[in-house]
Amino acid sequence: MHTILKREQLSEQVFRIRVVAPLIAEARQAGQFVLVQVDTEFGERIPLTIADADAEQGWITLIFQAVGGTTMRLAALQEGDAVPAILGPLGTPTHVEQLGHVVCVCGGIGAAPMYPIAQAMKAAGNRVTIILGARNHDLIILQEEMRSLADDLILVTDDGSAGRKALVTEPLKELCQAPSPPDLVVAIGPPIMMKFAVETTRPFAVRTVVSLNTIMVDGTGMCGGCRVTVGGQTRFVCMDGPEFDGHQVDFENMMKRLQSYKTQEDAARHTCKIGRNP
Amino acid sequence: MSHTTPESLQELAKEQWSSLETQLSECPLTAKQRMAIPQQEMPAQDPAARRTNMDEVTYGYFEEQARVEAERCLQCKNAPCIAGCPVAIDIPRFIRKISEADYSGALAVISETSLLPSICGRVCPQEVQCQEPCTVGKAKKDPFLSVSIGRLERFVADHGGRSVPQVKPETGKKVAIIGSGPAAITAAADIRREGHGVTVFEAFHKPGGVLVYGIPEFRLPKGIVEEELNTLQQMGVEVRTNFLVGRTRTLKDLLEKDGYNAIFIGSGAGLPRFMEIEGENLVGVFAANEYLTRSNLMKAYDRERADTPITRPRKVAVLGGGNVAMDAARTAVRLNAEEVNVIYRRTRTEMPARAEEVDHAEEEGVVFHFLRNPARILGDENGQVRAIEVLKYELGEPDDSGRRRPVAIPGSEYEIEVDTVIVSIGNDSNPLLTTTTPELEVNKRGNIVADESGKTSMDRVWAGGDIVLGAATVILAMGQGRKAAAAINEALLS
Ligand SMILES: Cc1cc2nc3c(=O)[nH]c(=O)nc-3n(C[C@H](O)[C@H](O)[C@H](O)COP(=O)(O)OP(=O)(O)OC[C@H]3O[C@@H](n4cnc5c(N)ncnc54)[C@H](O)[C@@H]3O)c2cc1C
Ligand SMILES: Cc1cc2nc3c(=O)[nH]c(=O)nc-3n(C[C@H](O)[C@H](O)[C@H](O)COP(=O)(O)OP(=O)(O)OC[C@H]3O[C@@H](n4cnc5c(N)ncnc54)[C@H](O)[C@@H]3O)c2cc1C
Ligand code: SF4
Ligand code: SF4
Ligand code: FES
Repeated sequence: MHTILKREQLSEQVFRIRVVAPLIAEARQAGQFVLVQVDTEFGERIPLTIADADAEQGWITLIFQAVGGTTMRLAALQEGDAVPAILGPLGTPTHVEQLGHVVCVCGGIGAAPMYPIAQAMKAAGNRVTIILGARNHDLIILQEEMRSLADDLILVTDDGSAGRKALVTEPLKELCQAPSPPDLVVAIGPPIMMKFAVETTRPFAVRTVVSLNTIMVDGTGMCGGCRVTVGGQTRFVCMDGPEFDGHQVDFENMMKRLQSYKTQEDAARHTCKIGRNP
Repeated sequence: MSHTTPESLQELAKEQWSSLETQLSECPLTAKQRMAIPQQEMPAQDPAARRTNMDEVTYGYFEEQARVEAERCLQCKNAPCIAGCPVAIDIPRFIRKISEADYSGALAVISETSLLPSICGRVCPQEVQCQEPCTVGKAKKDPFLSVSIGRLERFVADHGGRSVPQVKPETGKKVAIIGSGPAAITAAADIRREGHGVTVFEAFHKPGGVLVYGIPEFRLPKGIVEEELNTLQQMGVEVRTNFLVGRTRTLKDLLEKDGYNAIFIGSGAGLPRFMEIEGENLVGVFAANEYLTRSNLMKAYDRERADTPITRPRKVAVLGGGNVAMDAARTAVRLNAEEVNVIYRRTRTEMPARAEEVDHAEEEGVVFHFLRNPARILGDENGQVRAIEVLKYELGEPDDSGRRRPVAIPGSEYEIEVDTVIVSIGNDSNPLLTTTTPELEVNKRGNIVADESGKTSMDRVWAGGDIVLGAATVILAMGQGRKAAAAINEALLS
């Protein structure tokens, strides 16, 4: 039983839950995710990153933005309720090594998947700079956690309501222009943000890893629904990823594929709001 | 093809049966008389009606039909049909039981070798297995006129009653089964019967393997698979879903930390092949696995209730000619596609799909384009599929498989306007388990190497089904599950 031990609302749309999942907590490594299902009869299986875990106590933490049917229903669950199905840990763990200076670029909810990666990079002896970006002040999550972890934290918002008024790519570019550019950039956020982050670092030839958030069904390499084009080749995000060399990723194609079900999801979200929440 | 209603088929069979019954009460039929008995047609839903529902297409024989069909069997001494069945069911003996109206007796005969007759009776490619060498078909020079062994098997399974197999006293040993498809279900039952503890680990939230995520409801009702799994649970088999061996726990963990004495791997062939042509990652191109999983397992066809979306295509191209392709095409029909095109590079004769499914697809309006192969998929400005370019082929010399090799005709390409492409050219072995278990020897194609009994290169680990055979059939998977179970049971004795 994946009982919810703790539930917090981090911002208007973002929730953090701590759920019982001893085997996953034991096996998981930074960069891995789970597939969650709130209704095992008719529900969808959605990928969420394991944001934190405690192997001894047997729980994992998920941070999610309530954007559609499944995430809204997940948000409606309370402490003591159980999440019906959690499969994981899935995906290839982040390759962590001591590289020197690692810059973590987070856009919005991307801070959630970044947190365990930044933790692991830090633990491996890297200097970690975190660029934490969001559209506005209310959408910033994990600021305290990130601050206590990072050697440097750069806060930016699109509208300047917190930190510097800038897009994440501005401080990123400055860091790349510095006399000793970063040894590695990790960028996680909306696809469009990752795309621009990658374009920012490309001229400086700074290695840039992105974590792709495609649509998934099984998460085990069986359906091919999560495929993306990386370096001209088809790769499966659930197995080969979610992290890839950002300079090789065909973001245009990925963004189009993400829209595949947009009209249907919008309709579903509408019905969901008007009465399907448990 | 004309459709005969189930009612008239039953009427017909009733008449045929009553005259046969009188004949039989007088003296045994001669072979010639038996050969003259008309083959019983499978009652099926009206093609127009079934285009709009997911219900099973065929209803199964009426009792009268089963009785008549059973009398077509010559009870051959050498019974060539048995050799055609991968698990060597004693076919004449179970058919004789039908003649005696002893359906549970017939089921008992089948159960000596097969654990899943309600499934195999429905999905076995009988025309190339048990019915291929049948004397009746041979005499009529048409395997399709053989005794309808599969339909009779299904009849028996559906009418023979159910029982939960006896389980011997607990031995204290326990076995982990990876996957929950036909190989796994069979191995689990056979091992549990000997009194060993059995846990089935399945990655999906529902057990059943391809039987639930791949083969659609209209061909194999999910309730039937569920019953098999219920039986397992009644026998005391534990089923753990949402558990991915290799990730949630490794094979080694199961043996070393969790105390399993042996493992059977029945993880199937879940890695979709793509054509590797231009445009394959456009929006609107799916692997059949994805399309079918969305529709079947995630119930996306039930638009009212399911969360998982599925595109409602207008014009579809399905690439391939096997069962997977037929299932994808017929699912698209049921999801209201206006036009479904199957594109296959050889001819109808070479299609690997079950003949009945090809007939059914055709009845449902699926359009077949033989000797055609896709050259590329074309997209519009939004990256959405707009057409598929196909090349004409002709049959050349036979290749290694003995089938005549299709050869492209240069310059023959043309476009078919479609908005959806479903790639159904087969599956390779999913590498997840094998790459996380370096001790397991695999061959070039990624299949686990196993001996006759299913024993792998890893101590205490056996494997069977598609993960060993490559994408094959339900009955072969079942057969391998049984063999491995016997070997595991023997190993656990010592
Ligand atoms: C490996 C991986 C890790 C992820 N980790 C997290 C996480 O830690 N926290 C989190 O909040 N989200 C995460 N996501 C994204 C998350 O899976 C989606 O937000 C979720 O599937 C939405 O489901 P829904 O049913 O609530 O919304 P839906 O109704 O399915 O979708 C709502 C809207 O979101 C879009 N959408 C659907 N799926 C995705 C997707 N995968 N990515 C982006 N947009 C999508 C749809 O087009 C639609 O407009 C992750 C995705 C991947 C692949
Ligand atoms: C669409 C389609 C139609 C078909 N039609 C026919 C037909 O008409 N007749 C016929 O005879 N055959 C047919 N087949 C083939 C047949 O279904 C397969 O040969 C058969 O199901 C193989 O059985 P299996 O036991 O090896 O594994 P599968 O049925 O493939 O089941 C394997 C299971 O293992 C699970 N799994 C995999 N890896 C792991 C892991 N690491 N941890 C936990 N669980 C795992 C998977 O989720 C899956 O549920 C069809 C196949 C498809 C895809
Ligand atoms: S199991 Fe399949 S091959 Fe064997 S007798 Fe039954 S239908 Fe024929
Ligand atoms: S070969 Fe045909 S006729 Fe002969 S026993 Fe088998 S099923 Fe009956
Ligand atoms: S989610 Fe199905 S292959 Fe990756």
